[in-house]
Amino acid sequence: MIAAVPFAVPANIAFGIGAAFMIFSAIKVVTTKNVVHAALYLVLVLAGVGLNYLLLQAEFVAVTQFLVYIGAIVVLFLFGIMLTRAPLGISDDLDNRKARPAGILTGIIVLAVTAGSLIASFGDDRLAFKATNSVAAISDSIFSRYLIPFEVVSVMLLAALIGAIVLARKD
Amino acid sequence: MLINQFLLLAAVLFAIGVYGVLVRRNGVLVLMSIELILNAVNINLVAFGAQHEGASGQVFALFVIAVAAAEVGVGLAIVLLIYRNRRTIDLDQLDEMKG
Repeated sequence: MIAAVPFAVPANIAFGIGAAFMIFSAIKVVTTKNVVHAALYLVLVLAGVGLNYLLLQAEFVAVTQFLVYIGAIVVLFLFGIMLTRAPLGISDDLDNRKARPAGILTGIIVLAVTAGSLIASFGDDRLAFKATNSVAAISDSIFSRYLIPFEVVSVMLLAALIGAIVLARKD
Repeated sequence: MLINQFLLLAAVLFAIGVYGVLVRRNGVLVLMSIELILNAVNINLVAFGAQHEGASGQVFALFVIAVAAAEVGVGLAIVLLIYRNRRTIDLDQLDEMKG
């Protein structure tokens, strides 16, 4: 049982600190009045998600998370903010104030239903860490069992590339 | 470590993302909230994948990351097009579909 080895205690401490940072930053992403700050808080959340992958012993997914999300997607967001001339300072009209009570209510209901069903179904189950997490095993899996989804994803990426160019070019 | 600590963290992130999608008016900020939701789902996939033999959970998480990258590219292109045509990305002003 991996859970019994000394890895568990520092991992739990790291998880707690990371989770506190992630929840704080995620709340800031949806409440801050500065668009650029929202993108930078999103970096903290994405880094926390990468930390969680590391704690789940999924190193390859963690590296991909850092490269693709923090390296590429956040830069895309910053480009989007700049190109749409968003107000760079503090602005008050980023939120729909009338929708705020309904949004809080919906969020609490979603959280209550999922948390209740998760606690009811998984209770105190420990992580088994049965998954093979070597890069060789993951690539074997992608290029044998999941070959067709992989090819579909590559066609989809090409379609998205062409679609984004067609949508955004000036003609 | 319990599996539930990861799943509950993902549930909190998901709920915060749902709040952001409902309340934000700026198109780029709505896309950021969608990223929060996708990341919550990815934590779930990797956590459940750790309970089973093989690497399926991690492979699916990689697929979701690829789809999210494509989604952000096309989504930002659409937001840019809206900005170019309307000079605003306030989603509350895009109400032609309202009767």
